[in-house]
Amino acid sequence: MADKRIYEVVFIVNPDADDNEVMRLSEAVQKIATSQGGSITKTEVMGRRQLAYEINQKRDGTYVLLEVEGSGAEIAELERRMRVNDQILRYMTIRVDEDRRRADKLKSRRARKAAKQPSATKARGNSSESEADLEEGYAA
Amino acid sequence: MSSNYEDRDSGFGLEREYERAMPGRGQRRMQRRKICRFCMDKVDLIDFKDVRLLQSYVPERGKILPRRISGMCASHQRMLAEAIKRARNIALLPYAAD
Repeated sequence: MADKRIYEVVFIVNPDADDNEVMRLSEAVQKIATSQGGSITKTEVMGRRQLAYEINQKRDGTYVLLEVEGSGAEIAELERRMRVNDQILRYMTIRVDEDRRRADKLKSRRARKAAKQPSATKARGNSSESEADLEEGYAA
Repeated sequence: MSSNYEDRDSGFGLEREYERAMPGRGQRRMQRRKICRFCMDKVDLIDFKDVRLLQSYVPERGKILPRRISGMCASHQRMLAEAIKRARNIALLPYAAD
């Protein structure tokens, strides 16, 4: 098994930066990751969103999501650079390969079980009763 | 028997304590009639970025719904709680909202 750790990196860019700057910033971040030996699997600019609470007195920000594949060293370097950069208000890196592997394993195990017993008719038989009970308003 | 969630028939509350002293005294029995929604849909991964899904488990004050209200199974509740905490970390969900 190759040392293929997959990380999701989300960071929030200063809302005052326009789209070009965001793109440039995101590309710079990607370059840092690839220069260290990682590879970028996915990029997504999630766009400008309102923050749930203010960060550095800012009410909204632009979210960027990257998926990086590589070992931990690249991530360490990446985080260091992100911390230094003033335009990045907050970042979060999450390691996702193990969770995904586990999810895939569960899914494949379920698919195998379903294929063994041809019981497609009784798959959703007992779900009708629970739908009504789930909508129970909770006002804290 | 007083409970903070009086009109919410959660099926839990203080019967446990009462049961110990006077078995059979409590009116409400444990009704775990709700099935975990995620178990039904066979969800394996709860994504912290899926704010809409997470928000249905976080009422106005911003607190995470307890298991007895949401009807989750233990493992999904843990996954959900972790996802909510991550989302709070990146300001996708509030920590406390008044």
